[in-house]
Amino acid sequence: MKILVSVKRVIDYNVKVRVKSDNTAVDLTNVKMSMNPFCEIAVEEAIRLKEKGIATEVVVVSVGTKSCQETLRTALALGADRAIQVDTEDGLDSLGVAKLLAKVAQNEAADLIIMGKQSIDSDNNQTGQMVAALLDYPQATFASDVVIENGEAQVTREIDGGLQTLSITLPAVVTTDLRLNEPRFASLPNIMKAKRKPLEVITPADLGIDVGSNVSVIAVAPPAERAGGVKVGSVAELVDKLKNEAKVVS
Amino acid sequence: MPEYKAPLRDIKFVTEEVLDFPGHYAKLPGAEEATPDMVSAILEEGAKFAERVLSPLNRVGDQQGCQFKDGVVTTPDGFKEAYQQYVEGGWPSLSHPEDMGGQGLPDSLGMMVTEMIATSNWSWGMYPGLSHGAMNTIELHGTDEQKQTYLTKLVSGEWTGTMCLTEPHCGTDLGMLKTKAEPQDDGSYAITGTKIFISAGEHDMADNIVHIVLARLPDAPAGTKGISLFIVPKHNVDASGEIADRNQVSCGSIEHKMGIHGNATCVMNFDGAKAFLIGEANRGLNCMFTFMNTARIGTALQGLAHAEWALQNSVAYAKDRLQMRALSGAKSPEKPADSIMVHPDVRRMLLTQKAFAEGGRALIHYCSMLVDTTKKGTADEKAEADELMSLLTPIAKAFLTETGFESANQGLQVFGGHGFIAEWGMEQNVRDCRISMLYEGTTGIQALDLLGRKVLMTQGATLRRFTKIIHKFCKEHKGNKRLKPYMTALDKLNSEWGDVTLKIGMKAMRNKEEVGAASVDYLMFSGYVVLAYFWARMAAVAQTKLDEGTDEVAFYTAKLQTATFYYERILPRTRAHADAMLSGADNLLAMDEDSFVFLNA
Repeated sequence: MKILVSVKRVIDYNVKVRVKSDNTAVDLTNVKMSMNPFCEIAVEEAIRLKEKGIATEVVVVSVGTKSCQETLRTALALGADRAIQVDTEDGLDSLGVAKLLAKVAQNEAADLIIMGKQSIDSDNNQTGQMVAALLDYPQATFASDVVIENGEAQVTREIDGGLQTLSITLPAVVTTDLRLNEPRFASLPNIMKAKRKPLEVITPADLGIDVGSNVSVIAVAPPAERAGGVKVGSVAELVDKLKNEAKVVS
Repeated sequence: MPEYKAPLRDIKFVTEEVLDFPGHYAKLPGAEEATPDMVSAILEEGAKFAERVLSPLNRVGDQQGCQFKDGVVTTPDGFKEAYQQYVEGGWPSLSHPEDMGGQGLPDSLGMMVTEMIATSNWSWGMYPGLSHGAMNTIELHGTDEQKQTYLTKLVSGEWTGTMCLTEPHCGTDLGMLKTKAEPQDDGSYAITGTKIFISAGEHDMADNIVHIVLARLPDAPAGTKGISLFIVPKHNVDASGEIADRNQVSCGSIEHKMGIHGNATCVMNFDGAKAFLIGEANRGLNCMFTFMNTARIGTALQGLAHAEWALQNSVAYAKDRLQMRALSGAKSPEKPADSIMVHPDVRRMLLTQKAFAEGGRALIHYCSMLVDTTKKGTADEKAEADELMSLLTPIAKAFLTETGFESANQGLQVFGGHGFIAEWGMEQNVRDCRISMLYEGTTGIQALDLLGRKVLMTQGATLRRFTKIIHKFCKEHKGNKRLKPYMTALDKLNSEWGDVTLKIGMKAMRNKEEVGAASVDYLMFSGYVVLAYFWARMAAVAQTKLDEGTDEVAFYTAKLQTATFYYERILPRTRAHADAMLSGADNLLAMDEDSFVFLNA
């Protein structure tokens, strides 16, 4: 069984995010970039399936500029077998990325596509679903447990009311939630081996995909700063404020 | 809750931009793998381990300490698991030879990873640190069989190592050591004696411990020329390389200490323990010196580690802590008070830490680059690197630990009364740092080594090797208007370094005591000049980057500002040291021994 895992290079989760002064985007100058944490979980899950003898090959793919090769190398150091960079400008919209990933999955004849449920930079939570739709594959999102048996994946999903278990036939798309696993650290020998693992660079044109976007970002703004609190004199005053000022109680 | 973040940007600045490691690695045989992208991948993974695994255990180690019962040492919660993870990550193998299972990467790259481990949790870092020393010794002086048996297991990290030198009656003066080694019929030796202060001598983190022990053969000459070096495993090893019965070496107790509670400091009893000679008989101390240079740089690193730790945590606190108003008027009128960052004296403390941490980083990684060259350079390069190392080792060891301790202390001071409270972690940092000025040769011993052995015994030749480098650097950069203030001051101090050396040399010809009397002031003077050189180099790089145009203006500007702080507020200390060292031995020696205290007068 071949697994395709998509990984995204995003602003590191520890970095305090700042918005550019012209409100067009988040300022990425000289900030630390890392693999999207949900993608790390996806890579870890794929490697575990390979270690269990269920998967035979783990291919990682990333869409973006050359700098995302660093993220692919990280995935290779964690244990993926080979990598593909689809060389594009950064900042494609979800559908553009989904089209590229779907095409790569098709070319690779991947039996299982594991993706993060969302990236922590744009937080859209839609690429996995789009890939499944474009390929007409079954999907199981927000996975907290994955069991592969007899050409099927049993996926436990984290939903609002609790857990839901789905059985889907392969090939399929699974997106990961935080509790699926705890990603390992790369070992030093594997970091060094990663350098010698194959990393192929292809373009959207190679894939015959037009990534033209239907979405444009109008403005990016930081959340409003929190105003200082006030002390209320009584419960009645508190309830009044909750009703009439904050409008959270009716 | 104190925290550690690996200063990857600054490590990169020092190693790539200031010291040109990429150029160094391109020339260094066997360093082909250490390309910039590989180095940064390794550093990022090392940073994760230091930040997420080791840093949270730092306080646990201090609070729990090591426990001793019936000869068994239990390390603090989490230490063993972290070590397991370290071994699984392949980290012990980084700079060791490939035929021993190592990765064969340069020592200097290992030092960058070690810096992060050391800063996040010094007590923990000492366990693999001691192994590293034992590995270097066996690598250089062991037989092939010894390497196969012991080195491979140390490189994989399955076993750890120690260095057993000190005995109850001899620390600095190893010539007095008494531990005996009796030759046995099978070619091995039986070791009997007691060693103290053995870091990582006993613990529960690995299956076996390989002790490197200094002892005396029956017919050995007295003094330092009669000391041999031995391997003594905690468990004997059978012909297939597996652990066999327990050897006659055991831990008698562990010390109760001021700091580094997470590291077991052991009394080790050898009762006819089976041992194997390393290197030639009676040449043990010579073998040991190769280890001691690396160990001293390792201890110099401790100074940097505590300075960096103090800096990160005291800056975070100072930004957060609201007290009083700026003298010139409120800076944050909307808040109940200004942050203490507005106070010049708080900034003095923070900048002192920054100047020593970042300057120390440059010196440490410069030294580790020299270590690479002493191992793999051409004959000429080796000779030069050896000479520079011999001069810089005592300076780095003593000066960086003295200034590291000052920084740790300033870091605590920034917290006011809270610095004295354990939860903030600042008092632990001070306590943990204190040992660095003592072990591996006290500051006083380093100073004697520097002035007596390294400088005066070579008629100043070793010193001139380094002052020439500084002089040449100043000449090259004097033309740059913006750098001129640094270069003028540095060039002047540099020639003064030669002058004071000459003056002390003259005095010493009349009275040998002048060397001891001048030594520590001389060492500190030397340290300030050396750091001034590195700050000038960092300023030169920062200025170039700013002139060329960079999107990291704040980063490079801060380098220039710190260099200016160092030159204007720290460097004047050389005046006091110069006056003191030249004041003569009489003001120290004149007093009668009985006049130091009058308790029953």
